[in-house]
Amino acid sequence: MSHSNYPTDDEIWHLARQQGLDPFPIRFEAVPATILYEFAAYLIPGRMSHWSYGKAFHAMKTRYDYGLNKLYEMVINADPAYAFLLDSNSDLENTFVRAHVMGHVDFFKNNVHFSNTQRDMLEVVSRHAERVRQYQFEQGVEAVERFLDAALSIQEHVAVPHPPLLSVKRPKGPTPSGGSWSDLWQPQASVPQHQLKVREDESDLLQFIIDHSDELEEWQRDVVAMVRDEMIYFWPQMRTKIMNEGWASLWHIELMREMDLTDADVINFARLHSSVTAPIPYQINPYAIGYRIFRDIWDSQGKESAFLVRTVDDDVSFLRNYLTEPLIDELHLYVFGPEQDKIVVKSRKWELVRDRLVKEVFHGGLPIVEVVDGDFHRRGELYLIHRHEGTDLDLPYAERTLEHVHLLWGRPVHLETVSAQHKVVLSFDGKAHSRATV
Amino acid sequence: MAGFVPDWTLQRKGATDQARHQQKIREALKQRLPDLITEDSILTADGGRVIRVPIRNLEEYKFRFDPWQGDRVGQDQGELKQGDILGQIPAPVSGDKAGRGAGAPGEIPGIDYLEAEISIDDLAGMLFEDLGLPYLKPKMLSNLPRPTFQFKDISKRGLMGNLDKRRSLRENLLRHARQGETGLGAWKPDDLRFKTWVNVPQEDNNAVVIAMRDISGSMGDFKKLMARTFAFWMLRFLRTKYESVEVVFIVHHTQAREVTEEEFFQLGESGGTKVSSAYELCWEVVQNRYPASQWNIYPVHFSDGDNWSDADNRRTVEFLEAMLPLVNVFGYAEIREGGYTSTLMSAFGKLRHPRFQVVTIGNKRDVYTALKKFFPRTPGDE
Repeated sequence: MSHSNYPTDDEIWHLARQQGLDPFPIRFEAVPATILYEFAAYLIPGRMSHWSYGKAFHAMKTRYDYGLNKLYEMVINADPAYAFLLDSNSDLENTFVRAHVMGHVDFFKNNVHFSNTQRDMLEVVSRHAERVRQYQFEQGVEAVERFLDAALSIQEHVAVPHPPLLSVKRPKGPTPSGGSWSDLWQPQASVPQHQLKVREDESDLLQFIIDHSDELEEWQRDVVAMVRDEMIYFWPQMRTKIMNEGWASLWHIELMREMDLTDADVINFARLHSSVTAPIPYQINPYAIGYRIFRDIWDSQGKESAFLVRTVDDDVSFLRNYLTEPLIDELHLYVFGPEQDKIVVKSRKWELVRDRLVKEVFHGGLPIVEVVDGDFHRRGELYLIHRHEGTDLDLPYAERTLEHVHLLWGRPVHLETVSAQHKVVLSFDGKAHSRATV
Repeated sequence: MAGFVPDWTLQRKGATDQARHQQKIREALKQRLPDLITEDSILTADGGRVIRVPIRNLEEYKFRFDPWQGDRVGQDQGELKQGDILGQIPAPVSGDKAGRGAGAPGEIPGIDYLEAEISIDDLAGMLFEDLGLPYLKPKMLSNLPRPTFQFKDISKRGLMGNLDKRRSLRENLLRHARQGETGLGAWKPDDLRFKTWVNVPQEDNNAVVIAMRDISGSMGDFKKLMARTFAFWMLRFLRTKYESVEVVFIVHHTQAREVTEEEFFQLGESGGTKVSSAYELCWEVVQNRYPASQWNIYPVHFSDGDNWSDADNRRTVEFLEAMLPLVNVFGYAEIREGGYTSTLMSAFGKLRHPRFQVVTIGNKRDVYTALKKFFPRTPGDE
């Protein structure tokens, strides 16, 4: 079974510490594919029941059964951390995966955006699941499902957790050639604190509903609060996907290098690495981009700088500061998009690629929607605004979402947005939709 | 924190929630049956084929960006050049509030909408759950003997081919256990058990459907399609659920004649309409070949009701009234494109009889309604 020259869980963990990583203790468990894919669909084991997770599970499992993709592992951000490995992994694959997991767990523990996450989330979601089961028993499965449909439809609209202010200085990004404009590149030193706070509150639709909806029963308020807590836990992962995968990929290489591997293993390992960092058509591969950027920082500014970036950045600042022209060329990145009725390749110009990618990951790729008024028309109606930043909303989708919001709010709801350069207000009063172009 | 060791093997939530999702898909498909069964592509396909049905109800709606707007970043091996066309944006579907239709270009991630896959056989099964043959009565028929037998009994003698291995093993074990031994021992002929059959007299629900179709000049493309769609599902339903259903096909314009199934579906003619000719032929068929004492009879007639004259309407009603005591249900489906009431429908309107069912098919969805009205599932149906 086990090859004597592969290090144990403990040995890899200590190796990681020697190399400078600082992970939580990690519990590794080998699980069959069904369980691994189930965890991946729910994002965390033991979470409350909902058909949408069943749908995700089915889709993932089908892809696995057809051999279209393989999930090697699933890591839970907790202290101690849990890492689930596919029980059909080979010993070499498991060693590679363990090394990779060290990078993830170090990232969870040390990146500032995670500094306020609940590290006992496994227990929290289990308690949530238990309460949802209780509500299903008291209120009926259908009623709870219908309500969860609504709460989950706006689950991302919570106050995105902000990291505490840091005293450390971030490493330098590549400075623009001139240098005389450098004062313009300084990040704005003082953003008024209260302004930030107001914005946060307004974008926290779930909290607003918990606080101000007159229609909700206690159990419903509790369900919204649970959905909100879980999303707040996941937000840091959503905003650091490229960094997190890049950091883990960097470290599977660094740690594997320290191991005593046979020539055959070295070749197989190289194959594994290139398969996880292979380009995906019409998308970006976060492993590839994240890895390449971290490698570049390490090589050009030293290991310390790489660690500092892992501590202070998120995907937006990471790409904005460190995705350079040579890297974009090397990774063969390009911008594509609609032009009349076609999808065409638009450019390989590096600034365009970088800016576009920053935009793609900004706010998790989701539109920002804020509460403007909870007493609109002085009739207790809810007025939301979409902060339009260049891309229109999917209006039919928005209308169906408003139906969900209406269920949560209990009175007419409105959403102001921009469509084809015109201000549009979508409304739903519980029976009918209307669209007003302003 | 310490001591928290969850038992992962108890996690079976995925399977449960997946089952709930599948159930929701089924409900959604069922709601869409009226649309699905009239899809042209289904009528020409074989049963095993799988169709993909977009299910909008089961999408997870959220505030999201228009997937066909805005640029994205891709990664390749350096082979694509500026201006290369990667795909086509599907045109918005008119009248469809849910936006663009299917046909996402290539592999370009665009609208990620849920499609349920269902084979036409499964679709049919879903449809047929709600259908039955009303007033169906067992009727003996001497010229269609159906020898049926069932394996129901066990005996110590029989053909080796019918050996019941499980029971024989059990007897062997029991015999040795009685002697205080465990496990299988030497075999004796007495251990062997054989499955035997009994003859079951089977009563048949003999049924005949007499399908009549108006092929006169006024039956335009839409009307023809509706009649054919209805007949397609009706035949499929009858052949799936009932073993011994016979179908007689009759077409008519000013004259009626019996045709093959193929001709029934394909014939297109012109000319005037005398509905009575079809009813008269139907009457003759019943009298000569399907006596009511031995058959359950289900005549079904498709027409636009644009009949030749009032005199012929009266004649038609006379034949109909003569037939009603003999038949289980007589169905008349009037296919209309406008809102007017035909003279034939007015003539039928005076007739009130529980065995006479009338439906109007004005659009595709009515086909489903008509099927359910002509062939309602009644309590006691299998």
